[in-house]
Amino acid sequence: MWDYTDKVKEHFTNPRNVGEVKNADGIGEVGSLACGDALKLTIKVDDQGVITDARFKTFGCASAIASSSALTEMVKGMTVEEAEKITNEDIANYLGGLPKEKMHCSVMGREALEAAIANYRGVFLPMAQGEVVCECFGVTDLEIIRAIKESHLRSVEEITNFTKAGGGCGKCEDRLREILHQTVEGLQLEPKKAKKEQRMTTLQKIKKIEEVLEREIKPTLKKDGGDIELIDVDGDFVTVSLRGACAGCQSSRTTLKVYVEKKLRELVSDSLIVEEDK
Amino acid sequence: MNCGSDKVIYMDNNATTRVAPEVVAAMMPFLTDCYGNPSSMHTFGGQVAGAIDEARESIASLIGADPEEIVFTSCGTESDSTAILSALQTFPENRHVITTRVEHPAVKNLCENLDSLTGHKHRITRLQVEADGMLIPDQYEESLSDDTAIVSVMWANNETGVIFPVEEMAVIARDRGILFHTDAVQAVGKIPINLKDSAIDFLSISGHKLHAPKGVGVLYIRKGTPFIPFINGGHQEHGRRGGTENVASIVGLGRACRLAAEKMEEENVRVRRLRDKLENGLLEKIPRSMLNGHKTSRLPNTANISFEFVEGESILLHMDKYNICASSGSACTSGSLEPSHVLRAMGVPFTAAHGSIRFSLSVYNTEEEVDFILEKMPEIIANLRAMSPFWND
Repeated sequence: MWDYTDKVKEHFTNPRNVGEVKNADGIGEVGSLACGDALKLTIKVDDQGVITDARFKTFGCASAIASSSALTEMVKGMTVEEAEKITNEDIANYLGGLPKEKMHCSVMGREALEAAIANYRGVFLPMAQGEVVCECFGVTDLEIIRAIKESHLRSVEEITNFTKAGGGCGKCEDRLREILHQTVEGLQLEPKKAKKEQRMTTLQKIKKIEEVLEREIKPTLKKDGGDIELIDVDGDFVTVSLRGACAGCQSSRTTLKVYVEKKLRELVSDSLIVEEDK
Repeated sequence: MNCGSDKVIYMDNNATTRVAPEVVAAMMPFLTDCYGNPSSMHTFGGQVAGAIDEARESIASLIGADPEEIVFTSCGTESDSTAILSALQTFPENRHVITTRVEHPAVKNLCENLDSLTGHKHRITRLQVEADGMLIPDQYEESLSDDTAIVSVMWANNETGVIFPVEEMAVIARDRGILFHTDAVQAVGKIPINLKDSAIDFLSISGHKLHAPKGVGVLYIRKGTPFIPFINGGHQEHGRRGGTENVASIVGLGRACRLAAEKMEEENVRVRRLRDKLENGLLEKIPRSMLNGHKTSRLPNTANISFEFVEGESILLHMDKYNICASSGSACTSGSLEPSHVLRAMGVPFTAAHGSIRFSLSVYNTEEEVDFILEKMPEIIANLRAMSPFWND
């Protein structure tokens, strides 16, 4: 059973603004039956560019219906320019949060809104462009890069939760990892220029990582009979090898992401990505 | 903690079942007074061994086996892993396994991970099914090969209830000298099974699917079948499965098997009639709904029905408001993004695969409960369809 907030349950049980606006000024349709969720958003816009009505029709799970309902409530009364700024995080926050596996429902809401606004303006969305990476769900590289940037995604699993890419046959996993690495590296170039004096040399970084591993992480893992070894540092990608009881432990991935990565981000650099040496 | 079991309409018995009150009563002494270790030399512990023997006999009797062919495990999944890995170790040169596309994850995921588990490359044949969930004839025999170590085919499918002809398939395997395993966790207790003259080598049972508690299972190992244990340790189960016996649950499972034997006719007459009433009623009252799985070669308690253009999780949550418990093959209920591998293997179209609901009954269900579901479901589906962009009235 999913851990839905009361607000999600409430919007699912009593969805607002179900249906279609008559003579809609903007129509946004995203998703498909094959994908398991789909949303048709229709909006009415007055002469001042204010969204006076918004209605939805959704095929999908409880969080898809709740996200759609929330979206229509949020945009009503906004100008198109204001509505344009709504992110998927805003939709999720409006509902008091969504389970991470369901974040793609809020992304679907944001995409439908963009499509409806583009339709109102009579323009084509750049989203339709780009190269399809995930064949199962028809997700393009541009959509993935955007989700990585906007929602600060740092793993392939997170990309799947937010965009569904990689959730089908899984064949595109390597390509997703590649896009993730490239995008994250690109992101780090920007702030580096601004804060040049804080930039660590690779040598300093390795020393600091080793120090944190020795002082903080190893003692904790050893309590459970485990151990960790630093294998490589390449840019922000830290490769480690789990030893002792950690090796082959079912929850070693969680240990890596929730504990090791968090600790290293906190004490060394918040852009580090920890991966296990396979 | 009170879970309110008296308030729910429980039609999710392929997931788990209520522990029968008779089973609880049989178990209680072994959770209180009779806490001895059956392996002990003293009378206090030793008498517990007698209760285990009795349970072993009840289980053997339900499936037409010899008591010594019964090995207690911790669950159905352990039984499955034990059987398949034993066969692979017995015949290390044989690196071919035959299974089906619609197995429970206990077998499916084990087969997917065999290479990393054993350190050897394996060839896996996954038998295909037709639109009604039945195996494609001939494909099985054609796939048998000289390097086949084991065939593992479920007796009845957990999602659709479709029954496979495992007895015939086992004979074919035996004639080729190949071991045969069947995951029968959904079949045992629901349909008559007699292994006396069968060619099945291994059969898995799970306690909690037949009104015994969770955490106990059985692996039937035919006499004379080569066997290498999965869990090594003490001499329990004649060295076939180490670890101190889960005495209370084993006693409970024994009692549950006796109950199942007593209620076998009720299950196949009254429960089947209730299931048919529910199934026919839903298909009749709700347009664009369809049955998934073969109409007759099926467990008496299972009905898997798809409602087109609506999504399973949404249906389940609306049913939950009325305290109706069922499950769905929808992707959104599992955290994966693809709907049930069973329905996909059957070629159920996407319009229907996302909106499948499995009702699985037990002897505890009543006609009033079926009537209540028949009254509520059309409204639930109609409301969800009213907000579906794919539905046009």
